[in-house]
Amino acid sequence: MAGFNPGNNASGGSVFADMRHRLLMPSWITIGVLLVIPVLLMLVYSFLTKEFRGGVIWEFSLAAYDQFFFDRGLFGDEPVKIEWTYLTIFARSIVQAALATFFCLLIGFPTAYYIATRPASTRAFWLFMITVPYWVNLLIRTVSMKFLIRDTGPLNHWLMQAGILSEPLHLINTNIAVQLGLFYSYLPFMVLPIYASVERFDFALLEAANDLYAKRWTAMRRILIPVVKPGIIAGCILVFVPSLGAFLAPDLLGGAKNFMIGSLIEEQFKGSAGNWPFGAAASMILLSLVLLVLMFYARSDARSAR
Amino acid sequence: MSTASARIRAYPGFGIVALLCLVLLYAPLLVVMVYSFNDSTSITQWGGFSLRWYKEVFTGVEAAKFKVAAWNSISIALMATIAATTIATSAAIGMTRGGLWRGKAASFALINLPIMVPEIVTAVATLIFFSAIGFKTGYLSILLAHIVFCIPFAYLPIAARLQGINSSFEEAAIDLYATRWQAFRYVLLPILLPGVISGALLAFIISLDDFIITNFVKGAGIETLPTAIFGAVKQGIKPNIMAISSLMLLVSVVFVTVSWWIGRTGNKPGDT
Repeated sequence: MAGFNPGNNASGGSVFADMRHRLLMPSWITIGVLLVIPVLLMLVYSFLTKEFRGGVIWEFSLAAYDQFFFDRGLFGDEPVKIEWTYLTIFARSIVQAALATFFCLLIGFPTAYYIATRPASTRAFWLFMITVPYWVNLLIRTVSMKFLIRDTGPLNHWLMQAGILSEPLHLINTNIAVQLGLFYSYLPFMVLPIYASVERFDFALLEAANDLYAKRWTAMRRILIPVVKPGIIAGCILVFVPSLGAFLAPDLLGGAKNFMIGSLIEEQFKGSAGNWPFGAAASMILLSLVLLVLMFYARSDARSAR
Repeated sequence: MSTASARIRAYPGFGIVALLCLVLLYAPLLVVMVYSFNDSTSITQWGGFSLRWYKEVFTGVEAAKFKVAAWNSISIALMATIAATTIATSAAIGMTRGGLWRGKAASFALINLPIMVPEIVTAVATLIFFSAIGFKTGYLSILLAHIVFCIPFAYLPIAARLQGINSSFEEAAIDLYATRWQAFRYVLLPILLPGVISGALLAFIISLDDFIITNFVKGAGIETLPTAIFGAVKQGIKPNIMAISSLMLLVSVVFVTVSWWIGRTGNKPGDT
């Protein structure tokens, strides 16, 4: 993820060097045939004509992209207007993913910093505690969140018993529930990369800043954050990218009114309303967004490596 | 460390945020775990401690369905892990021991592509691919899809460990007239093993976890544990789902602990 380290052996392995292509071939073929070709095929499918009941007819068509961006009325003869339905879903997904990234950073940065400044013995415990949820099935974590925040769930039960609420808080099927689900799903993804860069941070720099009469928070803003920025950016990418295409949190916690890109795409391939070219087009647009974010990351990574 | 430098490092409130972070991460999981022991059919009223829902998981009406799903999940995860770890080990040696060559960066990007492409996009693309070539969706299509996305997860820990192993080990073996296979099998592999195991554990858990891609490429009539749980949750969260969730939680904890332990003990031999 972060800057690729070519290794510490300058001799670069004379033993296996001349057979590198044979060693890499299995991975190239597997990923090439089962991912690169499928993505290219998906691009082709997004320009085909839809077959009812799923599938495609091999005839070139811009209908999928047209349906995504333009509204031509029910019979296609009205003046062209911009179709807001899908743009709204994409905008909602981007806002939700950005908010999830912000909240994860808000909680994740202090946590990562705190862990990195613990003595070695307690640090291992903290890291272990952050790593466990990272390995727990995402579906189960989302279901647990749903169970906790339901109208008749334990959270509402306790809040009402404690007298804080008089009637249950309706969280399920709101954008707030989806946000909570995204935040909860990807929080460990923010903590771990930031921890990795704070751990390598030379704290003598903070002491130097202190000696030069920098205030605590000034030292953080001007010294610590610029140095650990690669970790922060890596964490933000690891939260933002999966949030953008998330399916489980919006589907289980959001319901039909709070659709995100993931649910929109899924609907085109399941259910009776299936429209494969449209689903392929929506996937291509999502993929382009993600590639844009990754290119931004690669550029900032290259700049910080200089 | 002097107390003054400790004071400079400490930011007020960070400890509380870190604690809050742990509470947020664990509260939903602990709640589900506690309620899985609830002896009541109403899932929010506490009716005393009981193991009835665990019994229900193994002997109840849905037991057969979940048993088949669990077996599918485990067998697919095992095979995907073996295939992905083998491919990833070979690729990691090619990347870290291949010297510098044109296309190295592209090769690195290709190996990590499954992590970078959003899961839902991979799912759509794979479904379209299998449909276009007329490949019947089912057990085999799930397995193939899992192998692909497991490769980078297996690759990263293996490559990280290889970078820490000096190439003089295998060079010495070759100097002593070992074949390249022998140099790999008897010299490099034993030192590399902790990385290979970490990679395999990660691949296994990632395969066991997957819902989105499996859901797209599985076709009708076959379920893995996550798709079966998802289907059941759509009907409402029943206590037996909480029992299954708690059991899977336990499996994850065991896996992290094992991989943690290997990571700690594995760092001793062969380090440079």
